[in-house]
Amino acid sequence: MKGNPVDVAVVGFAASPVERHGTGTTSGVEMLVPIFAEVFAQTGLTKNDIGFWCSGSSDYLAGRAFSFVQAVDAIGAVPPIMESHVEMDGAWALYEAWVKVLTGDADIALVYGFGKSSGAELRRVLALQLDPYLVAPLWPDSVSLAALQARAGLDAGLWTEGDMASVAARSRADAMNNPRAQVHDKSSMEDLLCAPYVAEPLRAHDCAPVGDGAAVVVIANRERAADLTDRPAWITGFEHRIDSASIGARDLLNVPTVAAAARAAGAAEIQVAELHAPFTHQEILLRTALGLGEQTTVNPSGGALCGNPMFAAGLARIGYAARAVMDGGADRALGHATSGPLLQQNLVCVMEAER
Amino acid sequence: MSKQQAAVLGVGQTRHRSKRTDVSMAGLCREAVDRALEDAGLDSLAEIDAVVVGKAPDLFEGVMMPELYLADALGAVGKPLLRVHTAGSVGGATGNVAASLVQAGLHQRVLAVAFEKQSESNAMWALSIAPPFSIPVVAGAGGYFAPHIRAYIRRSGAPAHIGALVAVKDRRNGALNPYAHLQQGDITLESVQASPMLWDPVRYDETCPSSDGACAVVIGSQDAAKASGRQVAWIRATAMRTEPTMFSGKDHVNPKAGADCAQALWRAAGITRPFDEVDVAEIYVPFSWYEPMWLENLGFAAQGEGWKLTEGGETGLKGKLPINPSGGVLSSNPIGASGLLRFGEAAMQVMGRAGAHQVDGARVALGHAYGGGSQYFSMWVVASTPS
Repeated sequence: MKGNPVDVAVVGFAASPVERHGTGTTSGVEMLVPIFAEVFAQTGLTKNDIGFWCSGSSDYLAGRAFSFVQAVDAIGAVPPIMESHVEMDGAWALYEAWVKVLTGDADIALVYGFGKSSGAELRRVLALQLDPYLVAPLWPDSVSLAALQARAGLDAGLWTEGDMASVAARSRADAMNNPRAQVHDKSSMEDLLCAPYVAEPLRAHDCAPVGDGAAVVVIANRERAADLTDRPAWITGFEHRIDSASIGARDLLNVPTVAAAARAAGAAEIQVAELHAPFTHQEILLRTALGLGEQTTVNPSGGALCGNPMFAAGLARIGYAARAVMDGGADRALGHATSGPLLQQNLVCVMEAER
Repeated sequence: MSKQQAAVLGVGQTRHRSKRTDVSMAGLCREAVDRALEDAGLDSLAEIDAVVVGKAPDLFEGVMMPELYLADALGAVGKPLLRVHTAGSVGGATGNVAASLVQAGLHQRVLAVAFEKQSESNAMWALSIAPPFSIPVVAGAGGYFAPHIRAYIRRSGAPAHIGALVAVKDRRNGALNPYAHLQQGDITLESVQASPMLWDPVRYDETCPSSDGACAVVIGSQDAAKASGRQVAWIRATAMRTEPTMFSGKDHVNPKAGADCAQALWRAAGITRPFDEVDVAEIYVPFSWYEPMWLENLGFAAQGEGWKLTEGGETGLKGKLPINPSGGVLSSNPIGASGLLRFGEAAMQVMGRAGAHQVDGARVALGHAYGGGSQYFSMWVVASTPS
């Protein structure tokens, strides 16, 4: 039934610095132009080599209709290009582009995601993702919802506040090595637990910071990939699933969509996993759903807890995971992206070095 | 890497109205989805492997990424769901992305759903927000496109009544389509020409309505087509092109992105003489004059000659190339769904299931959509037989 998905590889990746109240506009152009230049320098490609362009962004985040239209100005789409856009994290734009390359319509695709998350009060903006008739009118914000989920896990004995702080401490220390991270320090778990609650039981370190940023990933088919990088990150599994929107009807302490996507993608023996967990307890949930043990290094980039530009952070996770393969640091890596309230929608991309 | 054959198995749509206050967004979508499943001969959403949702800006309903909330109603829980947004062309892009999932060999049956429920919010407000460092459109879509229409008239020397002729034809066609928003079977050239001038030369009756509505299309593999036992619409080719809204040298009358898209489409479909080889076309015409403009842009007519096909009646139901037998965007315009309606109506024509607006002997049909400032284009060619 499946085509031959091992014929496409990630060959380039760049992420912009993530910063709050950056000077870039909501169009993303100022964040995108430098990272387009970066992946073109990495791969030796020019815009004319790109057969298909695909992006992910949100009008609501930008506070205007057709925000992605302006982003096309970052490309210089003259003469016209083959292009598409998803109103989702760029990780799903990567999925659309992967499908496009599989069909043979393009041999090289460039995918980008961007978001100016600090343009408004993000936690309130995200309340508009909820059922518009029955839930959104109550304005349950995204941090408060995550707090309910974290509380449920505490009550069920799945984690402690110390476990959550440990996730944050490890991520922030790892982010010391990522110059594009928004947050990085060497706080200990004990230091972090001294902070006040933001929304009990969540403290500031439990929540991804609000940040503006962009990411870009280049993929190529078998004929082109080897020319573009020494060690392409071959995509051996790429799957995504969505869960119910009814938060009250979901088991918030399980992420069946991640488990199902990982199973279908053949995710096993993962050496490096970049997980899109905007809250510390969600990393724990994701590790469990993916069955990741001690042998897997999780979020060496610092993860979303150290930089979570909306609509780019999921794509960046795949990019960081791909980079681990391209750099030779791993033979088998996994990138994960999430969308919607409380891990409603999830995507898993497994990448490997050629064996 | 090669493409698998894909076909439209079924098409469904809502009764389009200015305000569908009788249904929620989920109810609106399901009205179209249930009809598409029935048309495809499927018993339930369980037979669908993946869902692709398309709609225009979220500000049109005031809901951020409504597909998240729609996952349950669309039977997508536990399945892959993609949400496409490519401005006004999005309905077409939704069809093309859904087709690509089958063409890549990933799925047997994919559901494409596109909708707009403009009555939930206010589209004019949504289009009037002035972001910093950008040129505001202020006049709405009609005010944006009217100068380009005037440029077309000056360039082509078309007589002044061409736009009104298109409006009469499309609205009368719409009266043959029970789903169309506007039912104006008694419209005349005189009544159109007597309607108020909105944006010179576009009169009230030459403008698309503002509609609530949805369209759903089931796309399947060769095996799924065989299993359906009904006539399907084989997807011979798809194409998409984009260019910036504004740049030095942009031709707003005959945009290069549209012309390139059409040329790529005809090439992929093996069509060398589009006017002779295509039997019927559903083209995105939100303002009457865009019929002759797109006839030229698509390569159906030489530059400056498109209006002659319209004037000669060749784009009517009995003409050599019927355009918009469904009534088109001029009769129903649920923006996000309008492109998929064009694609779906093209499929209905070659499946022989277009009812009172069926074009006799339609075997090859074009679906076309555009969006933004004439900068996003998506198209497909469907046929009664596989390529």
